[in-house]
Amino acid sequence: MKNLIKRQEFYILLVIIVLAVIIGMNNTAFFSLRNIFSLGKSTVVMGIFAMGTLMVLLSGGIDVSMTAVAAFSMYLTCKWMVEYGYNGPVIAGFVIAMGIGGVLGLVNGLLVSLFDFPTMIVSLGTSYAFAGFIYTFVSTRIVNVLPSNMTNFSRSEILVTAIGGGQKVGLTVAFLIMLAVMLITFAILRFTMLGRSIYAIGGSQSSAERAGINVKKVKLFIYPFVGVTAGLAGIIHSAFMRNSNPFDLIGTELNVIAAAVLGGANVGGGKGTVIGTFLGVVLMTLVNNSLIFLGIPSYWQRMTTGCIILLATGIPALARRRSAAKLTS
Amino acid sequence: MQDEFIQLENIDKKFSGVHALKRVSLRMKPGEIRCLAGENGSGKSTLIKVLSGVYKPESGMIRINNNAYERITPIESMGEGVQIIYQDFSLFPNLTVAENIAMNSLCENKRKFYSKREARKIASAALDKIGIDLPLDAITEELSVADRQLIAIARAMVNDAKLIVMDEATTALTQNEVDKLFSIILDLKSKGIATLFVSHKLREVLEISEKITILRNGAMVSEGNTKDYDEALITNHMTGRDISKTRFVPFVQKEHTPPALELSGLGNGKDFRNISFSLNPGDIVGITGLLGCGRNELMESLFGLRPYSTGKVILSGREVKIDNIQRAMENRIGLVPEDRLTEGLFLDQPIKDNIIVGILDKIKGAFGLLNDAEGRRIVDRQISDMKVVTPDTSNPVSSLSGGNQQRVVLGKWLATDVRILMLNGPTVGVDIGSKEEIHKKLKELASRGLAVLMISDDLPELIQNTSRVILMHKGEITCEFNCSESDENDIIAMMKELR
Repeated sequence: MKNLIKRQEFYILLVIIVLAVIIGMNNTAFFSLRNIFSLGKSTVVMGIFAMGTLMVLLSGGIDVSMTAVAAFSMYLTCKWMVEYGYNGPVIAGFVIAMGIGGVLGLVNGLLVSLFDFPTMIVSLGTSYAFAGFIYTFVSTRIVNVLPSNMTNFSRSEILVTAIGGGQKVGLTVAFLIMLAVMLITFAILRFTMLGRSIYAIGGSQSSAERAGINVKKVKLFIYPFVGVTAGLAGIIHSAFMRNSNPFDLIGTELNVIAAAVLGGANVGGGKGTVIGTFLGVVLMTLVNNSLIFLGIPSYWQRMTTGCIILLATGIPALARRRSAAKLTS
Repeated sequence: MQDEFIQLENIDKKFSGVHALKRVSLRMKPGEIRCLAGENGSGKSTLIKVLSGVYKPESGMIRINNNAYERITPIESMGEGVQIIYQDFSLFPNLTVAENIAMNSLCENKRKFYSKREARKIASAALDKIGIDLPLDAITEELSVADRQLIAIARAMVNDAKLIVMDEATTALTQNEVDKLFSIILDLKSKGIATLFVSHKLREVLEISEKITILRNGAMVSEGNTKDYDEALITNHMTGRDISKTRFVPFVQKEHTPPALELSGLGNGKDFRNISFSLNPGDIVGITGLLGCGRNELMESLFGLRPYSTGKVILSGREVKIDNIQRAMENRIGLVPEDRLTEGLFLDQPIKDNIIVGILDKIKGAFGLLNDAEGRRIVDRQISDMKVVTPDTSNPVSSLSGGNQQRVVLGKWLATDVRILMLNGPTVGVDIGSKEEIHKKLKELASRGLAVLMISDDLPELIQNTSRVILMHKGEITCEFNCSESDENDIIAMMKELR
């Protein structure tokens, strides 16, 4: 219990529960299966993004380019599928998007690890460069008609349940993809030396070097990993949207970073968990999608989001400082 | 010859023209406890880095376990059982104790997968070796400095260390913790593990080590059994000159000059109470006491950082209420804090700006703009006065050595024309040569009528540079030692009694 109140996950879960109860009391539709499944669908894209973001944050870096990478990969992939009339299994599109994302991530990784440039500046630069590349050399026009297999994918659901009146609701299969990405991230972080090295580098890069960790190699994993997850998030986003807009997603990177930070990821590196980050994503989604149930106008939502970030990260920080002060006295 | 475990022979190392090591030799037997002493810049750390493989020597021979190397790589060095514990311990603050201890060996064995059980096993085996119990799942940053050092030692044990090199190992430890560390080192010795201390804290060196090697300006100047040395001799070798052992005599003021500072029954209801003493212009008075005795709080109180609730502060015969820093500065009280790096200096800012930061009001010209020429004049005077060694005062303070940084802090206060200067640990982390310079400077300032209050743990420093030492315990003044009649052993005896 003592450890629990020091953990960010505990607070975030508390906030989620309180918020859900308040919303549910005001509007019972909130607890309907339809709404819950819809919330689930809304967490998918941000949830996948957040796993890459978590890894970068853990290593002590910050990557703001993942949304540009996502837009780049999904747009190029969709453009290709449409132009060549590809309508085979969607998995091919996913793999291509992830591949493109991985290559772009590698660009970040090389700049960060070989030249030791500050990660924030590198990713800020590349995010402009990637987006600009698409607009200049490819196109700015929205791809409006996607291959039918893509739209079919976005309609595939699991846990399909009848809710009466002849209606059925289900949870998007993409939710499973997000869970898989989270599971993989969790496994890497928890059970591999690579994962522990990421934590170690975030804790102290110079100590990591002295311990014999190949810091450059680890960073050459992290940034392409971010790229791959971004490519995946991008292509799922366009399947959901039933179109591919190269201007989409860009600008939402701070939401993703905020979600990870809400979930306990430390911007200074070394701290954060998959579970916490997932809860952060859930809370962000809840605030973005469900405050409307309380009749809160959408302009207020941004303010609410801001206040929740301040509260949910501020209170545990205070709690930690308290316990640290107790320790030293 | 045959039973020597480490032999460094005639090691020579140059850095772009600077001759950092001049044919230095160092030999150690298994289980030997040796101290490598020398001032900052004497070549201690260069020698260690040659041994650990970080630097390649220009010439010379490294022989470990009878394997000869012309140059050794870090991996080979570790493989031979040489383990360096850096001053900062090189730990991961965010990871658990077990992970910190096991990380190096897991990396070395090129493990792909991580198992918490394996890490815990490695860690508890290492902790067993040094006979220490630490919570394996505790997060390292939540532990004390001493515990973190134990983690670093345990980590060294994982790889079957035969020699542990400790770089300034005792700097951050309390006396109790130092004692504990020493007992661990003696225990390691009984297992045949040698320890090389790199230090400039002489008293501890004398206490633990059997052999001593002293470096000065990159050359070995003396080597032998520690028992044949005393502090004065070591200092002499380290600096190449005799550091004075004289006592400080206060500069007598004209009759009827009121004390610069007089405290009467000062207390803040918590950290200290009933503090009364007086300090004359031209005098230097020391305050010491164990951690938590209230001395730091008292000093902060006099500087307006921590309001006092009872008692009086009388400055030159006039009662003054000091309740904030501005009031303290108006009354020309200066404070050189213990942690000059974070509290006393703007490290990334130019040296010149650091010096004039306290007197911006005074060099304000028309329209409140700074008078640049006047500022420059003051900076130049303080730089030459304090003998700060720098090519350019526009360089950041962080480019200076510890001793020079401390001189900048002093210069900053002297520029403000203080009448009472309080210093907390004025020579912590400063090498002996600079230490001597700082002491000389303080005495010179006292001769000009400055009243100095010096807090320090360094008892010889207090005995030699103050006229009397006030011993505080649990927030109160226990007794005063007149420095012309006592030495540090009297104070140590009293402190032990109190404990």
